[in-house]
Amino acid sequence: MPLTFYSSKLADAVNWARKYSLFQYPFVTACCGMEFMALWAPKYDVARFGAEFPRFSPRQSDLLIVVGTITERQAPVLRRIYDQMCEPKWVIAFGVCASTGGFYQNYSVMPGADQVIPVDVYVPGCPPRPEQALDALMLLQDRIQRGEGHSQVVLKQEKGFDVPLAAIRPIAKAGV
Amino acid sequence: MAKIVLDKLTERFAPGDILETGSQHGNEWARVVPAAWFQVAEFLRDDPSLRLNMFVDLTCVDRLPREPRFDVVLHLYSSEKKHRVRLLSGVPDNQAVIDTLVPLWPGANWFEREAFDMYGVRFEGHPDLRRILMYPEFQGYPLRKDYPKEKRQPLLRRLPGSV
Repeated sequence: MPLTFYSSKLADAVNWARKYSLFQYPFVTACCGMEFMALWAPKYDVARFGAEFPRFSPRQSDLLIVVGTITERQAPVLRRIYDQMCEPKWVIAFGVCASTGGFYQNYSVMPGADQVIPVDVYVPGCPPRPEQALDALMLLQDRIQRGEGHSQVVLKQEKGFDVPLAAIRPIAKAGV
Repeated sequence: MAKIVLDKLTERFAPGDILETGSQHGNEWARVVPAAWFQVAEFLRDDPSLRLNMFVDLTCVDRLPREPRFDVVLHLYSSEKKHRVRLLSGVPDNQAVIDTLVPLWPGANWFEREAFDMYGVRFEGHPDLRRILMYPEFQGYPLRKDYPKEKRQPLLRRLPGSV
């Protein structure tokens, strides 16, 4: 047997372990959170997928779930939380506001969390049904099993830029 | 219902201070000049027959083609006499300044900061006139009618490839 056989099987096993032990960081800002809570309740029970345990510290979590509207003012906070998470890490945008800004098209709302952090799975809906969130979780598990994901390491390999350095620098000048 | 308030106002103040009064659907309102804003509010609060002691709301309206451009609107309610009144004052674009009401109602503080944040009307004598909702780096006043509706002022640089 060639050595590559064993190493690819090892990656499969590691990815299998990762996809069934997601520790999530719920970044809940708006009304989508009410629907999101149903995920943990017995009826939908996200524990069946091994992702039931929220860690309210980004350093201990590997799945960032952006739930609700992200304003321009919150963008640096979201970015910092993403940067604090350890590799490998994934992001789900829950609801249209987190995906595209939704029906807010104005001066204060950022048109989607993917403006400042890379997003793996988008869940449309206002708010989405819990089944949609479970579907998104399964899609993400497929991605993890295939070894895909928008981790910073992968992004640097694919697109050739360093996400934190490019994004965390503020561009606006101070002044009232 | 609060007709007595308007009668008292026109009786106490000169016609040059009270520009116009009106009553519609049981809502009484009075339009005053900015120079009389504080005195009228103080009178409404302290007069024993009026006692409009509750500060309900303070906001601003941008009536762009009109001059004076902004209307500062104050809603008052009397928890004792159970009547309410609306006070308006027009401030021009080039001199968007009006007296603060914080000495009368401390709760006016954040309302005036919001009106300043969204419309750029300055409140003379306010103890802490900073933006309250938008970030300090924000340029301009977003609820003014001439603020471009597509204009964004991001704090962070966008990721490459995002729309």
